[in-house]
Amino acid sequence: MIEPQLCDLSAPGRQGVRFPQPDVPLTDLPTDLLRQELPMPELSEMDVVRHFTRLSQLNYSIDTGFYPLGSCTMKYNPKVNEETARLPGFAWAHPMQPIETVQGSLVLMYQMQEWLKEIGGFAGVTLQPAAGAHGELTGVLIIRAYHKERGDEKRDKILIPDSAHGTNPATSAMSGMRVVELKSDARGNVDLQALRAECDNTLAGLMLTNPNTLGLFDENVTEVVRLVHEAGGLVYGDGANMNALLGVIRPGDLGIDVLHYNLHKTFSTPHGGGGPGSGPVGVCARLVDFLPGPLVDVIEEGDEEVPPLYGFIDPPKSIGRVKAFHGHFGMFVRAYTYMLMNGADGLRKIAEYAVLNANYLLARLRNTYHVPYDRICMHEFVMEGRWDDAPGVQALDISKRLMDYKFHPPTNYFPLIVHEALMIEPTETENKETLDAFADVLIKIAEEAHNEPQLLKDAPHITPVGRVDEVKAAKDLLLCCAVSATDK
Amino acid sequence: MFIPHTDADREAMLRTIGVNKLEDLFQAVPAGLRFPKLDLPPAMTEMEAMGELQGLAMANETSRDLACFLGAGVYNHFVPAAVDSIIRRGEFMTAYTPYQPELSQGTLQAIFEYQSLVAALTGMEVCNASHYDGATAVAEAVNMAYANFRGKRNKIVLSPALHPQYRQVVRTYSPGSNILFAGDEAENDLQLGPQSLIPLIDQNTALVVVQYPDFFGRVYDLTELARVTHENGALLCVSVNPIALGLFTPPGYMGADIITGEGQPLGIPLSYGGPYLGLFATRKEYVRKMAGRLAGESIDNRGQRAYVLTLTAREQHIRRERATSNICTNQGLMALASAVYMSLLGEHGLRQLAQLNYHKAHYAAKQIASLPGYALWSKDPFFNEFVIVCPEPVSEINDHLLDHNILGGYDLGQDYPEMATHMLIAVTEMNTRDEIDALVDVLSEVSHD
Repeated sequence: MIEPQLCDLSAPGRQGVRFPQPDVPLTDLPTDLLRQELPMPELSEMDVVRHFTRLSQLNYSIDTGFYPLGSCTMKYNPKVNEETARLPGFAWAHPMQPIETVQGSLVLMYQMQEWLKEIGGFAGVTLQPAAGAHGELTGVLIIRAYHKERGDEKRDKILIPDSAHGTNPATSAMSGMRVVELKSDARGNVDLQALRAECDNTLAGLMLTNPNTLGLFDENVTEVVRLVHEAGGLVYGDGANMNALLGVIRPGDLGIDVLHYNLHKTFSTPHGGGGPGSGPVGVCARLVDFLPGPLVDVIEEGDEEVPPLYGFIDPPKSIGRVKAFHGHFGMFVRAYTYMLMNGADGLRKIAEYAVLNANYLLARLRNTYHVPYDRICMHEFVMEGRWDDAPGVQALDISKRLMDYKFHPPTNYFPLIVHEALMIEPTETENKETLDAFADVLIKIAEEAHNEPQLLKDAPHITPVGRVDEVKAAKDLLLCCAVSATDK
Repeated sequence: MFIPHTDADREAMLRTIGVNKLEDLFQAVPAGLRFPKLDLPPAMTEMEAMGELQGLAMANETSRDLACFLGAGVYNHFVPAAVDSIIRRGEFMTAYTPYQPELSQGTLQAIFEYQSLVAALTGMEVCNASHYDGATAVAEAVNMAYANFRGKRNKIVLSPALHPQYRQVVRTYSPGSNILFAGDEAENDLQLGPQSLIPLIDQNTALVVVQYPDFFGRVYDLTELARVTHENGALLCVSVNPIALGLFTPPGYMGADIITGEGQPLGIPLSYGGPYLGLFATRKEYVRKMAGRLAGESIDNRGQRAYVLTLTAREQHIRRERATSNICTNQGLMALASAVYMSLLGEHGLRQLAQLNYHKAHYAAKQIASLPGYALWSKDPFFNEFVIVCPEPVSEINDHLLDHNILGGYDLGQDYPEMATHMLIAVTEMNTRDEIDALVDVLSEVSHD
């Protein structure tokens, strides 16, 4: 046992926080509606702080080391973001306050919409979606509503390249669309012949991840967009890999009709162990009216003396709300801070150095690991974690062995089109020394795989826990520890 | 700004790659569109950015500047210092989804603790690692129930006293299916509690959704509703305010099949609408149908207790084209905040907090109802929020309250046209007796106009 569970630490009568005695006359409680037992653990404040602090120390994080997880953009999360998001004027504003009392929040949201429009080349942006997958859902619902409004209801087919992100098919299915997978060609681009064969009058749209999950910019992208548009479909851009495109190209200029951003990847908001994220969606002019409402806009023009009044508007053909309130405002503050500190030149530099770092690692590793689609990559690349002359060693073993050298592994087994995939995204915030150390270790692990494979099979050796029995977890389904009333 | 490369590093790296300059790495990008000039403000230093953000934040007047009686789904509660201290730890904040359990036991056990605490609070058997917010959690419950009956039951009964924005989100989420919604039509008598839904429940019903306390703050025994729902073979979903469960019978003990809720009151700042926390708990028999991440207890190859994400095959990994949900994150850090908060309060803190809210709200309600021109809209039991019928439109009263540094209640006319003079007032432990008395005084001025 590494750290006891809360229920093991509980002792009846302890309490970590107390509230003042009522300063008002008491009212009778409705006895027939009251709960009897409340089986919650009882701990002192220090018990709680030590427990969770010790738990934190069992984690790997960006603040403690290199985290080259492909497609996750684990860049440094600036500390100032945490300060700005906690400014009392932001942290304690209620989402239903009169707009006159929250102009600071609304100006920030308005600017954020404007900047995301500018960065992506879009005519409209909603900040409401809570995460990337939520942005995808919003985008596909917009595509659906667009065709429906035109009376084009037979369009229910969404094309998804096999190099797209894993959530894309689930998003389409959830939106009631039919999913057809498109294969990639030998250079990792969308196969144009396969695309042409699917371009018919049932085509609703194509979900394009570009750069794709091989880390490659699709060399056919202009033709892909043209073919989809010619067939009456729309192109959805998965903006999870936007870190490679900042100031390099605007997806809207390529003809992408709708795209989600991941503020928690591209714009440095922390991943938080799996959230909260934030997934704003940008759209081209013909889709602006379908955005989820409300959007922030100027509702009364200002003049020399009075500033403009910002408020909410609902787009006329809106798909409706996708979330209560206005989205993850706390994440907007962090991303806004980051954008302010970068400016246009800084954003372009982010993309350039993210791509530089990925290509540098690729150059250092391509002679040791097989790279099936080997050309200049964008912000990430995919190599195989296997060798014909080291049978039995898998990508998973390499990943686990990396932990012994204090590195977080790359993304494993994705994309599905590469055998034993190791997907590496270093991001722009890592220095050359870290990249060299990582490449050196991967080369050393390749030697171990050939000479001492058992070292990899038994890895990790130095982590708080070893390999965890996933089958047992799924079979036993032990999902909570119960403090039962009788224990107390 | 956060790029560490020296010029020498860059040149050495370009040489290793075999190109001359950074621009050479972007040959695959269409040349005519490459490197657009972006119209953005010039870069600021940290010091300047901090000043800019402080200026914007100070342009807001918040629940820290005004006496706040606004609730309507999110509430102004006290957050103990230890909560933020823990969630700011870089080891939690800057970690990713715990896909590699050997490096993520902290996040995984924290999720497991969160699941345990929410299950205990709601009286349910299992709880997932969270959804985006209270609204999307209900939408996911609808999808889950619809899929549970394989689309053969397509009626969803929604209480008109379910948060109006939740009902909007539920409708946005289900455009592709043939789902029919019933129960929240405009002609429904809002005064009636959940019994008004009973005649609508039939053999075609997949799910009945109510809120507890409801949007108007009222608390009902849901046993009869659960009985009729189950008699018809349908499922019952209850969207809860978790703080109320420190006092009232949890719906899990009254027969609910799914409990969702907005977790914001559990130690999460208002933050102008998010990020918050979508609670989602259910019975063990439905665990495989529940969307969202789950942490399970297991053992490692050294024989130690260890945690791992489990049942991951349900969604995007394997059955992805047949998935009922695409959710792949949770509100990790917010779930952690709520777990720390619940641990700090424990049984006694939660009971004390819930009672404090109850007594303060009831004091406020009695004082306001005694003013000429004002009346309590409902006589049913309530928790920390209640509806007052006012002598003037709520928007006018709220303007007047704001002049006295009081953030008035929610204007129900925005969602219920017949309620233009109805104000939804929330009172929490943060409202002192002086604040409540000041509210009553200013309201009494309005009634004399």
